[in-house]
Amino acid sequence: MPSSAAQADPIPANSIPTDRRLALHRTMQTIRATETTLSRLFADGEIPGFIHLSVGQEAVAAGVVGALGPRDSFATTHRGHGHVLARGVKLDLFFKEIMGRAGGICGGRGGSMHVADLSLGVLGANGIVGAGLPLATGSALAHQTRRTGGVAVAFFGDGAMAEGALHECLNMAALWKLPMVFVCENNGWSEFSPTSTQFAATLDKLGAAFGVPHRRVDGNDVAAVAEAATEVVEAARGGGPRILECLTTRWHGHFEGDPQRYRNADEIAGLPQNDPLRRSAEALLAAGVEESALAALVDSVDAEIREALEAARADALPDVDAAFRDVYTPTATLTAGA
Amino acid sequence: MPKPLRYVNAVAQALNDAMAADPAVMLMGEDVAAAGGPFKATRGLLDAHGPERVRDTPISEASLVGAAVGAALTGMKPVVEIMFMDFVTLAMDAVVNQAAKARFMFGGQCSVPMVLRTPHGGGLNAGPQHSQCLEAWFAHIPGLRVVCPATVADAYSLLRAAIEAPDPVVVVENKALYALQGDIDVNAPREVGKARLDRAGRDATIVTYGATLYAARAAADRLAAEGIEAEIVDLRWIQPWDEEAVFASVAKTHRVVIAHEAVQAFGVGAEIAARIASDAFDDLDAPVLRVGAPFMPIAFAKTLEAAYLPDADRIVAAVKSTLA
Ligand SMILES: Cc1ncc(C[n+]2csc(CCOP(=O)(O)OP(=O)(O)O)c2C)c(N)n1
Repeated sequence: MPSSAAQADPIPANSIPTDRRLALHRTMQTIRATETTLSRLFADGEIPGFIHLSVGQEAVAAGVVGALGPRDSFATTHRGHGHVLARGVKLDLFFKEIMGRAGGICGGRGGSMHVADLSLGVLGANGIVGAGLPLATGSALAHQTRRTGGVAVAFFGDGAMAEGALHECLNMAALWKLPMVFVCENNGWSEFSPTSTQFAATLDKLGAAFGVPHRRVDGNDVAAVAEAATEVVEAARGGGPRILECLTTRWHGHFEGDPQRYRNADEIAGLPQNDPLRRSAEALLAAGVEESALAALVDSVDAEIREALEAARADALPDVDAAFRDVYTPTATLTAGA
Repeated sequence: MPKPLRYVNAVAQALNDAMAADPAVMLMGEDVAAAGGPFKATRGLLDAHGPERVRDTPISEASLVGAAVGAALTGMKPVVEIMFMDFVTLAMDAVVNQAAKARFMFGGQCSVPMVLRTPHGGGLNAGPQHSQCLEAWFAHIPGLRVVCPATVADAYSLLRAAIEAPDPVVVVENKALYALQGDIDVNAPREVGKARLDRAGRDATIVTYGATLYAARAAADRLAAEGIEAEIVDLRWIQPWDEEAVFASVAKTHRVVIAHEAVQAFGVGAEIAARIASDAFDDLDAPVLRVGAPFMPIAFAKTLEAAYLPDADRIVAAVKSTLA
């Protein structure tokens, strides 16, 4: 396992109540079922372009986004479906966007790599590795300046640790004590290369260089992520930036259709052993939740997805004249200095 | 007869042959080594030339291109790959402020013999951050050269020419052309700045480059069916561009349409049109027209991308209006 060099910090005894665990489980199930559907749609040619799925990484999305309040904001990555779904973007608007339909959340202009819902504080998925980091930094600056009480989260992959943007943003956020959390989804891979060949340092040491506190958790344990995220988000709210590194696993290829020749068969075969959904289901059963309740949850998520997919298939294709309207904001007149 | 190659394999072959010919040539980029590059343009080169000369870099565009400039100033001839042209934005300081100017601002003491290879263009529904054609940015910078091979043969020869050139060259490939099949000629002349007459005609000239060549050919076929003979000049080099070839064609046909995939406004076509207007005005029988992308970012959805990319219809209409 490429990420085995890093060990998760021990987590304190679990204090998350069962109803919150159930909500987290439902979020993960929604992400898993949505992305499994997308994988099939992509193979069938119903999705244009390319998509990067986060199957295996659901616990990070559910745990971190679940720890945010309504005023908080975040910027995500090319592998950002889970984060926006966890934030509660409407499923039909989500499917329409990924399938390039007129009614998509971005009018079909962005697609998988650019899903955004500004009404929910989602500053967008991003096709440029590391580009969300400065956006989140600026969002945190706005929270601080406007005294919104909000925190901004920057999701990034371990591959983005090599980009100067991370180093520069850590510095700025630390200097200005911004209410910001840097959340690294460390799945051990950047595209086709193991992270050990990409980054000479470790994230805790990089954070230490700028005086930014760092926590590392088992990113496939949704309760551990949720607890740690709640703590760092609240710490950041009043006290300056924090780093949360979540060790997780990417089941699929870098993008759909990637045959993963660079990965050994044992690693691929072993991935489901660390399935965050299975682990969460086991914890729920142990806490006394009925097996039938979990099955009902799966069914109800599936029904929501079927409905959203039908709506997306029925939606119109976008039209180019409408696209022109948004190159600039419509204004009656443009007056210099007005 | 050699076996036909795909465009992307012609790129790999050019890199391989250049590395075999000159030990100073080295490759750098994200996943270019073991993985053979995201589009497989460097497949097999790690095995052939070893890890010192075929180097995977971290995702650090600004520094990896800057490092290539430094390596070029210290005796290497680096060929850098930027996975999608959209990501050159992260490396603009290295290209524009360092590579382009080193020779000039250091009083001619050195040159920067490096190549930056990168694919532009739509056709894959890759969306607004993975499809842009930004070549005009580079053509605007004194000190840089820009080349855009449209055919398999040119994918080979122009890349060889770029690597041999002593100054920084931006080689712009088109993702939609990587699967194209054709032949290469390893002994073809490797010149900088020469266009290619793709099709002779007497009624109008279509000046084009890159993937739009194929839209221009389709347009010329349709025009021919109506008795209009269009000449096609494939520019190949955008900086420097072949004024002689373009002016010669204008002198013959007296009508010009310039077609490219990049946004039309402030683009390559604008420069060529302006030069024709100032230096070949007497040869013109009609205003010079341009066909390019509309002034908007390229969008993801199939319908939006299709409406965005210049096609044969628009070239046919433009040629006819120069004849009207
Ligand atoms: C600036 C930039 N460089 C390169 C790429 C191509 N690219 C897309 S994702 C990726 C790997 C990212 O790895 P990581 O940050 O670990 O995220 P993961 O894919 O593992 O979620 C690369 C190199 C890009 N999109 N943007």
